[in-house]
Amino acid sequence: MITLKINGLEVKTEEGQTILDVAKFYGLEIPTLCYNEGLSRYGGCRLCLVEIGEEPKTKLVSSCTYPAEEGLVVRTDTKRVIEARKMMIELMLSVAPGSKIIQDLASKFGVKQVRFKIRNEECILCGLCVRMCAEQMDGRAIGFQNRGYKRKISTPFDTRSEECRLCGGCIYVCPACQLRCQGPDADTAVCNACLTMDPTCLDFHDELQCWMYDVGRCGTCIREKTEESNNKKRTQKSKQKEKNA
Amino acid sequence: MRKIKKIKTIKDLEQSIQSQIQARKSEKKSVLTVSAGTCGQARGSLKVIKSLEKAIKEQNLEDKVKIKVTGCHGFCEAEPNIIVQPVNIFYQKVQPKDAKDITSETIINNKVIDQLLFTDLATGKKVSNENNIPFYKKQKRIILGDNTLIDPTDMDDYLSIGGYRSLVKALSDMTQEEIIETVKQSGLRGRGGAGFPTGYKWEFARKTKSDTKYIICNADEGDPGAYMDRSLLEGNPHRVLEGMIIGAFAIGAGEGYIYARDEYPLAVEHISLAISKAEEMGLLGKNILGTDFDFEVQIVKGAGAFVCGEETALIASVEGRVGEPRQRPPFPAVKGLWGKPTNINNVETWANIPLIIEKGAEWFSRIGTNGSKGTKIFSLVGKINNTGLVEVPMGITLREIIFDIGGGIPGGKDFKAVQTGGPSGGCIPKEMLDLPVDYESLAKVGSIMGSGGMIVMDENTCMVDVAKFFLNFLRDESCGKCISCREGTQRMWEIVTDITEGKGKKGDLEFLEALAKATRDASMCGLGQTAANPVLSTIRHFKDEYEAHIKDKKCPAGVCKELIQYSIIAENCTGCLACIKPCPQDAITGELKKVHVLDQSKCIKCGACYEACNFDAIKIE
Ligand SMILES: Cc1cc2nc3c(=O)[nH]c(=O)nc-3n(C[C@H](O)[C@H](O)[C@H](O)COP(=O)(O)O)c2cc1C
Ligand code: SF4
Ligand code: SF4
Ligand code: FES
Repeated sequence: MITLKINGLEVKTEEGQTILDVAKFYGLEIPTLCYNEGLSRYGGCRLCLVEIGEEPKTKLVSSCTYPAEEGLVVRTDTKRVIEARKMMIELMLSVAPGSKIIQDLASKFGVKQVRFKIRNEECILCGLCVRMCAEQMDGRAIGFQNRGYKRKISTPFDTRSEECRLCGGCIYVCPACQLRCQGPDADTAVCNACLTMDPTCLDFHDELQCWMYDVGRCGTCIREKTEESNNKKRTQKSKQKEKNA
Repeated sequence: MRKIKKIKTIKDLEQSIQSQIQARKSEKKSVLTVSAGTCGQARGSLKVIKSLEKAIKEQNLEDKVKIKVTGCHGFCEAEPNIIVQPVNIFYQKVQPKDAKDITSETIINNKVIDQLLFTDLATGKKVSNENNIPFYKKQKRIILGDNTLIDPTDMDDYLSIGGYRSLVKALSDMTQEEIIETVKQSGLRGRGGAGFPTGYKWEFARKTKSDTKYIICNADEGDPGAYMDRSLLEGNPHRVLEGMIIGAFAIGAGEGYIYARDEYPLAVEHISLAISKAEEMGLLGKNILGTDFDFEVQIVKGAGAFVCGEETALIASVEGRVGEPRQRPPFPAVKGLWGKPTNINNVETWANIPLIIEKGAEWFSRIGTNGSKGTKIFSLVGKINNTGLVEVPMGITLREIIFDIGGGIPGGKDFKAVQTGGPSGGCIPKEMLDLPVDYESLAKVGSIMGSGGMIVMDENTCMVDVAKFFLNFLRDESCGKCISCREGTQRMWEIVTDITEGKGKKGDLEFLEALAKATRDASMCGLGQTAANPVLSTIRHFKDEYEAHIKDKKCPAGVCKELIQYSIIAENCTGCLACIKPCPQDAITGELKKVHVLDQSKCIKCGACYEACNFDAIKIE
């Protein structure tokens, strides 16, 4: 049995689980994209970032690949996590603005602009299709080619693969080519039409999102001392809001 | 050739070492050691050796002198060079035609040949003794120094300088725990980049329970311009091997791998030879020296990608999979090659081990600073007079390396910055020249030790252009798995490229910094986590240069083509015609003794006229 702390909550799990597994078990939400329960872990989209360790030595890791370890201290929604995650979404939008899944993520996490040159590649190289093909469909029809900025998904020798049985599994899991977003502005690459469709519990703050409306109560955003005063202010503010209401 | 007899016991090895040491001592002949590493060979040392052989034969000097073909002596600028031992005369830039003089003058008449000596740039004087050459004087060559003493293809030569004595000591006088304790006490930290304390790493691997364990020597050396690992494997392969054998014994590993870069044929040749010699002699294989310790070493050739130097990618590559990093933990010490505990160290780290075992932890830890012990080899390149490999004690200042050892900047130009740590290192400005070189100090100013690259830049270097150069390397070499690293490096490169082309906008710098931070924070492996260093460190130390590009659309160093203009200064132009021909565009016209005219519309800013003008009449702005 392993004991670790997520957002100040003491949680228990078995050896071999990832941070994401534990968080899910306890009902703590961490956004994911290249993760799929039925496939091996990849760690490419960097959306599931969490902050581990204690100040001043903390770092961000992808929770879908990082193993739950004894005594680990994990925080899922720190400022650093949110900033990095927003940048990941902005990067994804810049290459796949047509993806509804990514547009939804942008809306949910308040990404309102894309400052990069837009390349309509409609693939974020999350590798879901490759793993789907190999691991669930027992084919090896597609794979990664090249590295770095030249990386792409293709078939061997870029020709129609004999291995492909046209099962469509790859398209089924693809976050970019399945559901299309009709909204994005050609110039800005963002749609944000769904911005109004936030879950009601999701209160917006500049750097911190609270699911419980009252920041601090659920433990998600328990921060180290340096941040505490900020929180206090915010809590006071929301109390003020309550009162006003 | 001596017939190879297997050394059966530790005592036998000790005896062989003693007899080789004696043989070296009683050597009557002078020795001409010729540097013939890859670099020396490229500068023609093999031809020099041929003519020396011929000269010796012609003058019947076989009894008086012998040639020793060694690895790199470190001083690239002076290649091919010869050290006449035992008197230690250092001849530089030797040509085949000099061979006869060396044999007839120096060997027969004991005379020093002046024109082959090195000239001290500071004093203008000729220096004959190797140890008095400024380049070598401030170095502490406890590792590289042996390169000048031995023929790397001859194991006896290694024994004759006391080689494998540490193995004798480790196997006969020390327990495995004692060896690890010694390495821990020495304070040795990994030389491959991250600087993790070696002894602790060994301990982790030793403590993990498993009947099979591996060790790996990381000789991937992918940093452009770095070649210290190559020169160690080429020039002193047994030293690396000895370190590995001791490490394997301490950790309890039965197999070792050397992951060598494919572009290093000579290094692979020499280390292969060393392995087969060691096998023949019984220093590798089953029941080494009569103990119950078995150990074998294999060479694996690299896949040619920078990222394959990262330990988990390297392991994947050895296993025959695509060289992509994976999540750590589990660390290799727990789950490494084929899922077994694996200890991986850099070439230079391994080469330090015999020294620490022989001379003790205390001796070693006296060299260097509090947190960084021992020496470090740097490849000193770029705009520097004495290009080469320099081995210095940790804690030496950048100024000492660049000005005392490196001899300063060529052409009387001003020093501007030094880039340490390879492509993902950082640039350190002039104001920080007195920074001590150790892990902590470099990290504090936004750079890293890395594996020891050191690129010197002069006043004509544009720092934005430098950031662009490294980003271009990194966007190519990222494995491409993490979006943060793949897109992060690509996008940073795009923004920086725009800035160099005069398309920079207000807010670019803040955005670049935010992106750089996200790339660093969000990426999985060391490549992505450090990929932002070139950008962050240049913005930190050379912000005004970025701003000049963005706001004034000017490149102060005169490098970024889109932002500069060549023109003729009429007062200086003598009308000599010298610039007209070199111009590939025929953009310059003029008559003799009349001020020339440059047609901006034709100019492609190649700078040929600037190079050609002897009267400073071409200006860049
Ligand atoms: C992108 C990248 C490239 C690397 N390249 C090398 C290399 O060429 N040689 C090397 O020894 N270590 C390299 N490393 C460091 C290795 O991952 C590892 O830390 C090192 O080999 C451990 O040995 P040490 O403890 O002796 O330094 C690299 C790391 C990264 C992230
Ligand atoms: S095609 Fe779709 S599933 Fe495949 S890598 Fe690209 S985005 Fe992912
Ligand atoms: S950080 Fe870069 S090199 Fe490292 S795993 Fe991620 S994409 Fe690959
Ligand atoms: S879901 Fe973890 S990195 Fe993609």
